[in-house]
Amino acid sequence: MAKRTPLYQKHLDSKAKIIDFAGWEMPINYGSQIEEHNSVRTAAGVFDVSHMTVVDVGGQDAENYLRYLLSNDVNKLVDMGQALYSAMLNHDGHVLDDLIVYRMSFGFRIVANCGTREKDLRWMIQNTDGFRVSVEEKPKLAILAIHGPDSIQKSCEAFGERYAATIKELKNFRGHELDRCFFARTGYTGEEGLEFIFPEEEAPEIWDNLISVGVKPIGLGARDTLRLEAGMNLYGQDMDETISPISANMDRTVAYEPSDREFIGKPALIAHKALYEAGQVPKLIGLVLESRGILRAGQTVLTDQGDGTITSGGFSPTLKHSIALARIPASSESCKVDLRGTLTPVRIVKPNFVRFGKKIFE
Amino acid sequence: MSNIPEDLKFTPTHEWVRIGEDGSATIGISDHAQDALGDIVFIELPEPGIIVTAKQEVAVVESVKAASDIYSPITGEILEINEDLIDAPETVNASPYENAWFFKIRIANIVEIEDLMDFDAYSEHCSGE
Repeated sequence: MAKRTPLYQKHLDSKAKIIDFAGWEMPINYGSQIEEHNSVRTAAGVFDVSHMTVVDVGGQDAENYLRYLLSNDVNKLVDMGQALYSAMLNHDGHVLDDLIVYRMSFGFRIVANCGTREKDLRWMIQNTDGFRVSVEEKPKLAILAIHGPDSIQKSCEAFGERYAATIKELKNFRGHELDRCFFARTGYTGEEGLEFIFPEEEAPEIWDNLISVGVKPIGLGARDTLRLEAGMNLYGQDMDETISPISANMDRTVAYEPSDREFIGKPALIAHKALYEAGQVPKLIGLVLESRGILRAGQTVLTDQGDGTITSGGFSPTLKHSIALARIPASSESCKVDLRGTLTPVRIVKPNFVRFGKKIFE
Repeated sequence: MSNIPEDLKFTPTHEWVRIGEDGSATIGISDHAQDALGDIVFIELPEPGIIVTAKQEVAVVESVKAASDIYSPITGEILEINEDLIDAPETVNASPYENAWFFKIRIANIVEIEDLMDFDAYSEHCSGE
């Protein structure tokens, strides 16, 4: 039996095309993926991401536990509500999942991927030995992401005065708990925006309020092109449990300092780093195809140093040409892609294409 | 339910064919096909003047989701292509049967028309997918 979020009926009412996403019936689009993408880049859109996994971590050792469990360091979270992006590694130093962790009044809240839910929960619980912690999944919460240049103003209109004051004051990567709700300035689009986590029974009314102030519903299709333009990785595509964060452009999310902090995967990761510096571990880069055609995940990339693979690719509605993320030999300087039988040169760029509606690569 | 005009013929690969009175046929892709592909972002069309055979790959449609070959439903010479589609591929999503015709063919073998699906056959074909 496929799982549904509390907004399933709302999606149907908005003429969503529904697909199976890791066992969930989710909206892929509401008509046009490109129009939805453009709404987020130029105005405001709302995504139902209630399928994502929320895990609350409490208890007196919560901080020490997460400092061991995650490759980034939750000790950096100074303020209540503050957010941190991190990988969760296995002992081989490969990526089990990527997630956001927030400091909360009760401890910490983790928002992880949906497709990795069982594996994540098992790993988190398995690694509690020696820590006085509680690890509790929160399946009864809904999550909405409201993103775009008008998202803050529209959210203030939709949520009413009590919440508006809080929303306006929030800085990037900061969050705030209010009543049973949590607002944070985090997201997956490269635009300003909010993620809002709250009791699921309130979801239909909040959804209606957002739609009534002109926020457009956005499907998972546009969510994918928005994150690709923003150069953000998708778990299972750009990295997985066979890939080091060093080969997924995630090395800067690993806290190597303070050096006395031990975390799962650290010894392996240090070994990867030495290999990487010797040019023996591949890197994740951006590719740009300015001529016609589309780069797609799985296509082989031929470089001057050997073959690589496109991990995510597609048409960029903002740039109006194709972009991709690809993993290629570390010292490669030039690339060609076999596009339906034609070897086509593509340009290597930093894996970061669009921020705040504008092209940002050279 | 997708829109299927009763006066057109169809292929199992979702091309439509409009038979002209002048011995030509106009070809495009069905509403069902454009809906399944999602937003269309690039189109490659054949060169006018070339001879194509039935079931030959003659054009390519790239959507946000996938690349898809377009097969000629019949044998004949390409008379004309719809160049407007090159700069405005989204026309295929908006108007699959009217503005977004792909190419016209001079019909070489009228018997091939008999092999195409009519409204009933194509409706059943789509509902079975």
